[in-house]
Amino acid sequence: MMLFYVFATIAVVASMLVIAQRNPIYSVLLLIVSFGALSGLYVLLDAPFVAVIQIIVYAGAIMVLFLFVVMLLNAPVEDMEEHRLIGRGTLRLGAALAAVLGVELVWALTKAGGEAGALPGASVSSVAAIGRLLFTDYAFQFEVTSVLILVARVGAVILARRDEPRSGRTANPANPANPVNPVNPVNPVNPVNPGE
Amino acid sequence: MTPLLVAQIVLTLFVFVMLLNSAAAMVYVERKVAALLQQRMGPYLVGPKGLLQPIADIIKLMFKEELRPAAADTILFSLAPIISATAAFAAFAVVPFGAETTFFGLLNEPLRLQVADVNVAVLVVFAISSMSVYGIVLAGWSSNSKYSLIGGLRSSAQMISYELSYGLALASVILLANSLSLSDVVNRQAGAWFGTIPRWFVFLQPVGFLIYMTAGVAETNRAPFDFPEAEQELVAGYHTEYSSMRFSMFFLAEYINMVTVSAVATDLYLGGWHGPLLPQSLGWIWFLAKVAAILFFYVWMRWTLPRYRYDQLMRFGWKVLLPVAAVNLLVTAAGVLYFGL
Amino acid sequence: MPSLNQYLILSAVLFAMGTAGVFVRRNVITILLSIEIMLNAVNLTFVAFGRALGSADGQVIVFFVMTVAAAEAAVGLAIVIALFRHRESLNPDTFTLLKW
Repeated sequence: MMLFYVFATIAVVASMLVIAQRNPIYSVLLLIVSFGALSGLYVLLDAPFVAVIQIIVYAGAIMVLFLFVVMLLNAPVEDMEEHRLIGRGTLRLGAALAAVLGVELVWALTKAGGEAGALPGASVSSVAAIGRLLFTDYAFQFEVTSVLILVARVGAVILARRDEPRSGRTANPANPANPVNPVNPVNPVNPVNPGE
Repeated sequence: MTPLLVAQIVLTLFVFVMLLNSAAAMVYVERKVAALLQQRMGPYLVGPKGLLQPIADIIKLMFKEELRPAAADTILFSLAPIISATAAFAAFAVVPFGAETTFFGLLNEPLRLQVADVNVAVLVVFAISSMSVYGIVLAGWSSNSKYSLIGGLRSSAQMISYELSYGLALASVILLANSLSLSDVVNRQAGAWFGTIPRWFVFLQPVGFLIYMTAGVAETNRAPFDFPEAEQELVAGYHTEYSSMRFSMFFLAEYINMVTVSAVATDLYLGGWHGPLLPQSLGWIWFLAKVAAILFFYVWMRWTLPRYRYDQLMRFGWKVLLPVAAVNLLVTAAGVLYFGL
Repeated sequence: MPSLNQYLILSAVLFAMGTAGVFVRRNVITILLSIEIMLNAVNLTFVAFGRALGSADGQVIVFFVMTVAAAEAAVGLAIVIALFRHRESLNPDTFTLLKW
């Protein structure tokens, strides 16, 4: 019981700070903390496999990807005054709508949970049981996810690819008289002061 | 406080202290082996045969000034070495290093020589090693220096790339052992085929072992894959701006990671504490010997092979290691299915 | 032993916070992070219900959600990189033109 409240508090506070942070790198790190707390909750729910997968996939792979992109773009700290389309009032409305959604979800879910909602003593959730389900009842869905991953991979490569001129071009098209330095095409030798 | 609980606590502290000592010992071994391979003397002034050199190094590091660049991110700059060191220590917690023992009748019940017995231990090791990348990446970013940043970016790309092959190699062993618990994996390797060849998984998984070792070198950022800290290109990579104790925490993490990777390799492929001649209760001697052999191999490799180019590393990881690991997993699965290995 | 309702309330709170993040924040990366919070809240619901019903199906669904989340993150971040190259900004308000 204690542990539940500890993990729940960490998850809620960290998620709150994720959306309150201006600096994206802190947001990413706080989300990792939140995922760690959720992983602890999965252990409490007798699901050690999901708990470990949560760390490996979310914290270890997806969040590294986020961190990588934030570092790569050197993402600027968000400036709240820069908004062109929406003002402070719209933001408050958005926050209020989210709060309403939260209340509604609590109402709907606790209704579904039944009167007491107490959890049964033990559950079967060994890795072998999950694996058996995955390759029997959910075999088709499992195969479809592999297609999904393939599509995502190709999509990511095509989207993030830089549109560079085809190799084999040797001359600078803007100035054909001045061929691009093949060693360093970004910084051709300065013609004004070549000694520098 | 039952005797078993006391023994467990003592064991935990013992493992912690031994890991610290192993890092110190590795510093000495690394320098001596390097000297041997390069036909030099190595450290020989401090103590007999230079044996006290690690202590001198630690004292030197402790008395250095703790520097922090003015433009660095204060919180993350302090947090990064702590993450690195913590992840390094945490991974060893689930590694078993000996058979159950009562310490010659000292305890009523047998004690497992392992800090924490987790039934998904293989995955826990994998999870913690995937978390250790944050220490390096954050150190690179928070230092606000271009060398550090490039080191951090390289490290994250390299670790993601090699984690896939690492995971597939682990999956093949899990298939053979039919368990995710490291103690079960080790116990499946007891005995011998035809009374002579030990039933180690390295003989069933030679390709998997090579993949694991290669990915392990890349995961621990050791030469020939030490791109995050390539001296000739990046000054010192992600820890360029670190000094004194913060630097030594990265240093410690690197050596403890090496020990952990070697210990896990011993458990997964080399039969853990199982070996001929010695009784089960002294199996940890075999374990130490095997870990020491792998560690020596790592050091040997570092001082023999030149560093790859970064694009070669990426190409090798994605175009060679990953397909080979996938085929290895398929073949293993077929073998388990049709021959019941 | 916490009851099922407590887990459900927690996941509802997390989901609402993720929604608030999408509404309030003006940074594409933070918006993607908020979506991850929402997916995790749903995962927690699945595991909690699976535990209450005594079946492992909830955990299998979580496995699929994680796969989708990984695919979404990869494509989403690729789009972020492509957009950043064009506008040098992560504010979604700057990406209002259909053609550039």
